[in-house]
Amino acid sequence: MIQFNNVSKTFRRNRVLDNIDLKIELGERIALVGSNGAGKTTLIRCLLGEYTYDGAVTVNGLVPRRERGKVLQKIGFVPQLPPPLKMPVGQLVGFAASLCNSEEKRMKDIARRLGLNLDKISRLPFVKLSGGMKQKLLISIAMGRDTNILVMDEPAANLDPDARHIFFELLAERLNNSTMLISSHRLDEIAPLVNRVLEMDSGKVVLDDRVLDDASLSGKLVCRLSLRRSEEAIAKALKDWSFRDTGNGTEWEGVIFAPDRLRFLGMLSRYVGLLTRISLDEI
Amino acid sequence: MKHLWLTAKLDIVESLRARWFMIYTLVFGGIIALLFAFGLTESRVLGFIGLSRLLVTYIQLSMAILPIFVLITTVRSVAGDREAGVFEYLLSLPVSLSAWYWGKISGRFLVVFLPVFAAMAAAAGWAMIKDIEVPWTIFLYYTGLLASVSWCFLGIGMLISTVARSIDVAQGAAFLVWLTMLLFLDLILLGIMIQGHVSPEVVVAMALANPLQVFRTAALMLFDPQLVVIGPAAYVIVDYFGGPLFKVYALIYPVVLGTLAAAGGFFLFRRGDLP
Repeated sequence: MIQFNNVSKTFRRNRVLDNIDLKIELGERIALVGSNGAGKTTLIRCLLGEYTYDGAVTVNGLVPRRERGKVLQKIGFVPQLPPPLKMPVGQLVGFAASLCNSEEKRMKDIARRLGLNLDKISRLPFVKLSGGMKQKLLISIAMGRDTNILVMDEPAANLDPDARHIFFELLAERLNNSTMLISSHRLDEIAPLVNRVLEMDSGKVVLDDRVLDDASLSGKLVCRLSLRRSEEAIAKALKDWSFRDTGNGTEWEGVIFAPDRLRFLGMLSRYVGLLTRISLDEI
Repeated sequence: MKHLWLTAKLDIVESLRARWFMIYTLVFGGIIALLFAFGLTESRVLGFIGLSRLLVTYIQLSMAILPIFVLITTVRSVAGDREAGVFEYLLSLPVSLSAWYWGKISGRFLVVFLPVFAAMAAAAGWAMIKDIEVPWTIFLYYTGLLASVSWCFLGIGMLISTVARSIDVAQGAAFLVWLTMLLFLDLILLGIMIQGHVSPEVVVAMALANPLQVFRTAALMLFDPQLVVIGPAAYVIVDYFGGPLFKVYALIYPVVLGTLAAAGGFFLFRRGDLP
């Protein structure tokens, strides 16, 4: 449904995309990873019809640049950096809903599930919101409408654990009828969300791999840990993950959302010398 | 049309919350307030008296301030929006580029024109309360002139914003355009060119092409189309065209120029990278 044929993009003499050939089918959830300057954002902007390029990009046979309205009607986009809009939140939602032929209520419902009450902040300028609130609002706008492609740039970076879980649940509800392209610097942030990984470097796709992951996006695991001794640094990190101390700082217990497993283990790896026992049980 | 109106509304709301709009409104409101405070309606200079005197002073000041204000604020906000990622997000929504671009211009036009007009209208309202005669013909013509020149510089501002990829370059270019037009006013470089025996046709053509000069000539010719007041090139133009024809030209030419500049900007905007 999304096709990149020999797509190249050059800024002055700097070739940012170099003959990209890609085919993305309905239902694929793609992690677009790579370092800064690898070409991820440029690829996304070509898909959104915001950049001119050599080669061809089509979405369901339509060219985004030529048929913007039809193509973008079906794409929900969450940028990495929220735009510094001065308009009130209520107006931004109204504007987006009106352009996307959606209803403000749908966006508000998504926001409420993410823990954001839009009615309370509708008069606040968007730019005055915290990073997490902006992220939740942009996710609500992208998901509170009829889309079958979601393009997200570091979508969960500013979300608290509960909002992350709801966000994964929202994505899980769309698994069968959506294509997702999720960009990130770090694979561990988004690995549980995806079934295909595209790694970019210097404007080329250097890795295109399938991911087998049986864990559901809305699943949970109980984690129990035993530590050799009590240590302030790991105690703080575990409390950030909402873990409870069940034995003078050496025994800990908490719940991890399935898509966060890799991130949690990544955090834990910093204190691996302190670990004497770990268990993860699905619930 | 719905998308155009939505974009226009969006730009209006963004502008109303911007600091530049507050300063802009204060400047034009302040000019009128100061002109009243200094008793300009009671003074007589070059035969102008009452509200006519105030209006001619206001229009002269507007000629100096309005174009640079419109140019700088337009290029700053458009280029600034692009740099800050506003375009990246808002243009990912299903809005057509023409609705976006022309909606932005329409919203911006209302925002730059209304404070200038409101200040003048407030002056007329105050004059009526104070029983000072309001020269309605001049008032209406000046309204048209201000709208026309606002549109002209808005169009030029949008063209510059599209071509320049950064705020700094856009601002520099806008200032250069304004300075060039200012320097080629009748009483500055054009006067020197006449002294230097440059062909009169060239001088007249330059005066007719410069929207600032056209604005100035039209504003002053209503009162006193004397050589010493309007300058040599303007004097020849008014003499050749006749007052009524030039008045129409002064309304239409800036609109055409602004529309051409805006259309050129749209052509480049549509062809190039958006964010």
